[in-house]
Amino acid sequence: MSRLQSPQELEALRKTIIGRRHPDQPCITICNGTGCHAYKSEKVISAFSEEIERRGLGAKVDMKVTGCHGFCERGPIVVIYPSKVFYQRVAPEDIPDIVSQTVLDNKMVDKLLYVDPFSGEKFLYEDEVPFYKRQQRLIFGNNGRIDPTSINDYLAIGGYAALSKALTKMSPQQIIKEIKQSGLRGRGGGGFPTGVKWESCRKAKGETKYVICNCDEGDPGAYMDRSLMEGNPHSVLEGMTIGAYAIGSNRGYVYVRNEYPLAVKNVTIAIKQAEEYGLLGENILGTGFDFRVTVNRGGGAFVCGESTALMASLEGRVGEPRAKYVHTVEKGLWNQPSNLNNVETWANVPLIILKGADWYNKIGTEGSKGTKIFSLVGKVNNTGLVEVPMGITLREIIYDIGGGIRGGKRFKAVQTGGPSGGFLPESLTDLPVDFDELTKAGSMMGSGGMIVMDENTCMIDMAKYFLTFLEEESCGKCLPCREGIKRMREILADITRGEGRDEDINLLKRLSVTLIDTSLCALGGTAPNPILTSLRYFKDEYEAHIKEKRCPAGVCKELISYFIIEDKCPGCGLCVKACPQEAITFVAKKKPVILDQTKCIKCGACYDICKLGAVGVR
Amino acid sequence: MKELTTLTIDNRKIQAEKGATILRVARDNGIEIPTLCYNEALEPYGACRLCVVEIIRDGRSRLVASCLYPIEEGLIVKTASERVIANRKMLVELLLARCSREKAIQDLARKLGVEKTPFRAEYLEHNRCILCALCVRTCQEVVGVSAISLVNRGVEKEVAPPFLETAKACIGCGSCVYICPTQCIEMEDIGDTRIIHNWKVEFKLKKCKVCGNYFAPEAQLEYIRKKWNLPEDFFDVCPNCR
Repeated sequence: MSRLQSPQELEALRKTIIGRRHPDQPCITICNGTGCHAYKSEKVISAFSEEIERRGLGAKVDMKVTGCHGFCERGPIVVIYPSKVFYQRVAPEDIPDIVSQTVLDNKMVDKLLYVDPFSGEKFLYEDEVPFYKRQQRLIFGNNGRIDPTSINDYLAIGGYAALSKALTKMSPQQIIKEIKQSGLRGRGGGGFPTGVKWESCRKAKGETKYVICNCDEGDPGAYMDRSLMEGNPHSVLEGMTIGAYAIGSNRGYVYVRNEYPLAVKNVTIAIKQAEEYGLLGENILGTGFDFRVTVNRGGGAFVCGESTALMASLEGRVGEPRAKYVHTVEKGLWNQPSNLNNVETWANVPLIILKGADWYNKIGTEGSKGTKIFSLVGKVNNTGLVEVPMGITLREIIYDIGGGIRGGKRFKAVQTGGPSGGFLPESLTDLPVDFDELTKAGSMMGSGGMIVMDENTCMIDMAKYFLTFLEEESCGKCLPCREGIKRMREILADITRGEGRDEDINLLKRLSVTLIDTSLCALGGTAPNPILTSLRYFKDEYEAHIKEKRCPAGVCKELISYFIIEDKCPGCGLCVKACPQEAITFVAKKKPVILDQTKCIKCGACYDICKLGAVGVR
Repeated sequence: MKELTTLTIDNRKIQAEKGATILRVARDNGIEIPTLCYNEALEPYGACRLCVVEIIRDGRSRLVASCLYPIEEGLIVKTASERVIANRKMLVELLLARCSREKAIQDLARKLGVEKTPFRAEYLEHNRCILCALCVRTCQEVVGVSAISLVNRGVEKEVAPPFLETAKACIGCGSCVYICPTQCIEMEDIGDTRIIHNWKVEFKLKKCKVCGNYFAPEAQLEYIRKKWNLPEDFFDVCPNCR
């Protein structure tokens, strides 16, 4: 392939690629994102290849291995085009049936269809599945349509048309104006207006300007940036190249954590392909604009997601933040003007350039435009990645898309924004989700983590979990973050052990103020959020732990005990086998078992295994 | 002519050179702001946060590290507002919990009106190092050898030689020892030998040809001699006898 010399050549190539395809022919797409991969999608892929080969269908059936489709709960996922038949939890042994019935005979394989657990309704097509129906997958939806390692796939769905338009029909100033008007705000957590950032970087004086993509996503349970980079790396590169042109930069870096091997691999392949096509590198599309991108693998420190720490790490130094009194758009990487945006922010750019700010502006709320990808995890039925318009309510995300709480339990809280986000209670489920509303409620957008908790969650125990994570991930440079988080975690641990003191609440509040007011970076500055929101919305739990030495959710081991509810216990002996301490004794069939409290370590194995509710906790 | 910026610190209108930090300007004008990780000879680091001051800009107030914050026209600074004092107190309480037996920290705490730490006695630690990184930065920025660095993360962070082995680049100058505010780097000269225990290094000391006293590590003198291109016999005589 020779490098494309003009926008016309790009369009001609696109036409050729599309012309060679057969849109009416069946195309089996198999999700091989990280979630489905964990469900052994590789085996499903080889089973399809073998079956197609065995039946000699190579010329009549297309097969595509794609990135993440989002509905990870139900993986491995297979979608068959053109009608988009949706199969879930597909196993290698299902493949002959899928090929013979669906691909060749247009019939459904009933057992692989998605059934709504509540209504019992069966769904045939992807777009009808409730999980997808309520989403607006502008950015993430393309994952299912392309093989991320094929630039031709990306071109076939209109890829690099935005870059072509930006380079030939728009001035850098016009691009910045368009991005500003679109209202796009940084998806990495800060929510800073992207266009304003670009403009400051363009105006800043410096020899070399840098464009950086932050793919150092490190929140527990969050994987949207990872899945976007794995599933559609060209969309990120296209956004970066447009940004570089607007800012006046010829040099870009993708900083991606090394724990994301597939993201590293796919973006590396994408860069190579784009260079070969003349869509990256020197003289892009014959316009005279040069832009070179390098992948840099991060070592996996959470703090390296912070922009100044990330830049320090890129320079080869220890990933520690510095004060941002002089902004990185003026003095960033190697003290040069640097523009850093998150993966999802970059992926929004081509869409805005192609469809225009006025179109984009109509999606979302007053202060937050566009869609946001959330990683919906925890005690919710449909875990996965969801892309929704800003302003959608938590209720719609958790119930309509997420399918409600697992096991028919009660919703208790949702943590948004990662470990240093806050807990939002049931009373706030109708809160519209956008940057400002989440902040007002004491939480934050963060990079889009959403962890759902049910009635069996102790909020203090949960706060302790997040503070423990942050304690380990604090870089340790500034005193309040290093020492303060540790002390907060100790106090929370005391409370969960029933050793809390009345004055602890006040001490936690004082510590929170100091962390917010004096920490060097946002890691320390937002670390108190789990504590502050649990104090704000679940204060009674603190009081129960401290004053009554009681854990209302039945979680904190030192404060609970398990017991056998004798009239419910049929003496089946399941719990006897489950108990690692031999603390439960079998008496006789139809006689309740006996639990020896002195041997019990409160692991909860008996409670979990008993389906009859004969194990109680107090 | 130098460009000047006018600002207000603690209700005093002050003119100072553009680009200077709040801490610098305050100290030049006799306004005391406590610091632990700051030293004039080094680049500001902003880690101890004791130097936080309240600034008011566009009607909005926030705390900033004065050692790093460059002054701006019309900036209003309060170095000892209620908010500043409350935060500084908590910082010192945290420091006391980390270094509960360190006299330098106890003295500082007393000066700031903190008698004891509110954290439980059973959790108090007796670290000597406060992680101000003055030693590391002196070694890097002033001496220029970078023999030691900060390793690990968070509460595990410590100053250490590379791979926790002998600090091979160390020249034994002892600058780290002299600058440490809590005297936690142990160095001793025994006869013709200097030992810095923390960095697991030993140096032979140079004997003055005139007075016969051992006056400095040979490695350090050699480093200086080469750096300044001095004659080979330059350090045969100690500074006192020269």
